[in-house]
Amino acid sequence: MIVRRSMVILTSVMATGALTLTACGSRDDKGGDSDNGGGTTLTIGVDAPLSGENSTTGLGIQYGAQIAVDDANKNKLVPGVTFKLKAFDDKAQPATGQSNATAITGDKTAVGAVGPLNSGVAQSMQQVFASANMVEISPSNTNPALTQGKDWQTAKKRPYKTYFRTATTDELQGSFAADYAYNGLKKKKVFVVDDKQTYGAGLAKIFNEQFKKLGGSVVGTDHVNTGDKDFGSLVTKIKTSKADLVYYGGQYDESSLITKQMKDGGVKIPLFGGDGMFASTYIETAGAASEGDLATAVGVPADTLPAAKTFIETYKSKGYKGDYGAYGAYSYDAATAIIKAVKAAVDANGGKVPSDINALRSSVVDGVQKSDFEGISGKVSFDEYGDTTNKQLTVYQVTKGAWKAVKTGTAS
Amino acid sequence: MNTLPQQLANGLLLGSMYGLIAIGYTMVYGIVQLINFAHGEIFMTGAFGAFTVYFYILPDGVSMAVAVPLMLVGGGIVAILIAVGAERFAYRPLRGAPRLAPLITAIGLSLALQEVVRNFYPGADRAVAFPGLDATHEIGSVTIKDADIFLIVAAIICMSALAFFVRKSRTGRAMQATAQDPDTAQLMGIDTNRIIVIAFAIGGFFAAVAAVAYGLKYGNIDYRMGFLMGLKAFTAAVLGGIGNIYGAMLGGLVLGVAETLASAYIDGIPGMDKLGGQSWANVWAFALLIIVLLVRPQGLLGERVADRA
Repeated sequence: MIVRRSMVILTSVMATGALTLTACGSRDDKGGDSDNGGGTTLTIGVDAPLSGENSTTGLGIQYGAQIAVDDANKNKLVPGVTFKLKAFDDKAQPATGQSNATAITGDKTAVGAVGPLNSGVAQSMQQVFASANMVEISPSNTNPALTQGKDWQTAKKRPYKTYFRTATTDELQGSFAADYAYNGLKKKKVFVVDDKQTYGAGLAKIFNEQFKKLGGSVVGTDHVNTGDKDFGSLVTKIKTSKADLVYYGGQYDESSLITKQMKDGGVKIPLFGGDGMFASTYIETAGAASEGDLATAVGVPADTLPAAKTFIETYKSKGYKGDYGAYGAYSYDAATAIIKAVKAAVDANGGKVPSDINALRSSVVDGVQKSDFEGISGKVSFDEYGDTTNKQLTVYQVTKGAWKAVKTGTAS
Repeated sequence: MNTLPQQLANGLLLGSMYGLIAIGYTMVYGIVQLINFAHGEIFMTGAFGAFTVYFYILPDGVSMAVAVPLMLVGGGIVAILIAVGAERFAYRPLRGAPRLAPLITAIGLSLALQEVVRNFYPGADRAVAFPGLDATHEIGSVTIKDADIFLIVAAIICMSALAFFVRKSRTGRAMQATAQDPDTAQLMGIDTNRIIVIAFAIGGFFAAVAAVAYGLKYGNIDYRMGFLMGLKAFTAAVLGGIGNIYGAMLGGLVLGVAETLASAYIDGIPGMDKLGGQSWANVWAFALLIIVLLVRPQGLLGERVADRA
């Protein structure tokens, strides 16, 4: 009996705790456009994986946007408006991303969102933002279907007019990588692996097709599950295939293990991947095995952008976690595009913030579409599909334990 | 090049790890009929315990020959404390309760342990780099590394020691008696609570050995590593006959080899190219489990203890 009673008490304590936590979570959702200072506070949501896998890159996105918001507030970019960043952790899960999107659109002070990191998560969020007519700009989604529809290879059609991205697409990234592998590295036999996710499978497919078109041969393909740890069987297959390069479509969580197990298993060939594995964590996890591995990333290296110098200094001096290298600058520009669109909407309204949040959101969407400014990653403007017009890509190679840019170019 | 020897080695290595973890499931089940779903997380905390010893306690640049035994001790202590603590505070109060109550408790404990490590262990919200034993050896057409040798040797020693302990020692025989009939065992003067604690402790220690091997082999650990490994090890235990310690090891090896061979060769069979490869490994592993359970519901070796009426 004592046992039973203590269980009841325990259960009720836990239930109460859970309810309290839920209450905390929803407190911010009520409206309230203005604070006491007479100015208006507008919220920009940011959604990325902030814990678990991919979180290094995800935190880079969060703090990239944070710096943009801080800069806008400091420089009073939109007079009378204070911007506030609200970060959501999607754990790289589409379902979590979708509920975050609902939370962002439900916030009556929110004017737009930056994110997510993963293309697969973006798919589940697009509809939510479209229904709320709120702008969503991803600094890193590269799957072509997100902006050009699922038949993008034959008939491009934009599915959602509220979705934009400052990253270029896998169509360009995959081709760029294939071209560098064949012509730059002079590799002729490649083993292609992907993680079956929207991003990884799409990228691997484009690489595969393009590499064959150039005259190379694909000597084997395989698929892995995200979360897999043991790739012994795959490594043996790669070994027997006599490939001179492995191309991996996916994130660093798996590719860092694959490259390590490959080199441990005596397969001394480089692994080449997309921007999903372009993070310092890749090198930290794989250690010496990562030496010589390659990755493409959208844009040009943040460190080489003269305009990004202050951004990097701020990022470092604030001691922000995560890695700004891959998308920090693109996230900054995405947030800035939203802020500038708000400014355009305020200016068009005679210097006052439109009182109807839906009208404001709608004009922000239009404003972002018309974006045309010099961001820290280059020129920021969008084509009729919502894709960036900045189509620069860079190949990086792990050299002495750090990613080093080896070739920058504009994809054709 | 004939890849079969290498693939078999890959499978046996993976299987040894499953087997070591499966011991914990099977011993606890054999004695208290509880499926300790938190066992995968005990494995995970063992890995973090070993990492703590290496990273925070040992001086930098210490030789791995010195570090590995100490990591085993550190990981073992953490895993045993958590396993025994779980038994004492989560499962023992529920000993008389319906079966579902401890099961749900185990699942809750598993989630709790994951979140505690994720939130409170520094840097554990993502993969933590673990020191590796990466020197490789070529034996014929098979390439294995030091971590693999450690795993095999550790598995053999642990299993032999356990078999000896259960058969020959006084406590081991008391353990068998408790598994057969706890009430009678108690009447014969056996302290069954002590026996149960020992079963949890042995399971925890074996999980810690597997965890150290895992870290040395794969070079990183994370707070979610116990989930899939735990599930696979549980499968191995059921495959071999839950409650039977030899079955757990055999089930682990069979599962590891089946998984590896399936992912290596099934896509080479004409017409099966869509059903093979790494991504289908788990599907084949569980298909094997279903087939074995259909033919032999008691598992490969069956439960060794007498079935209770």
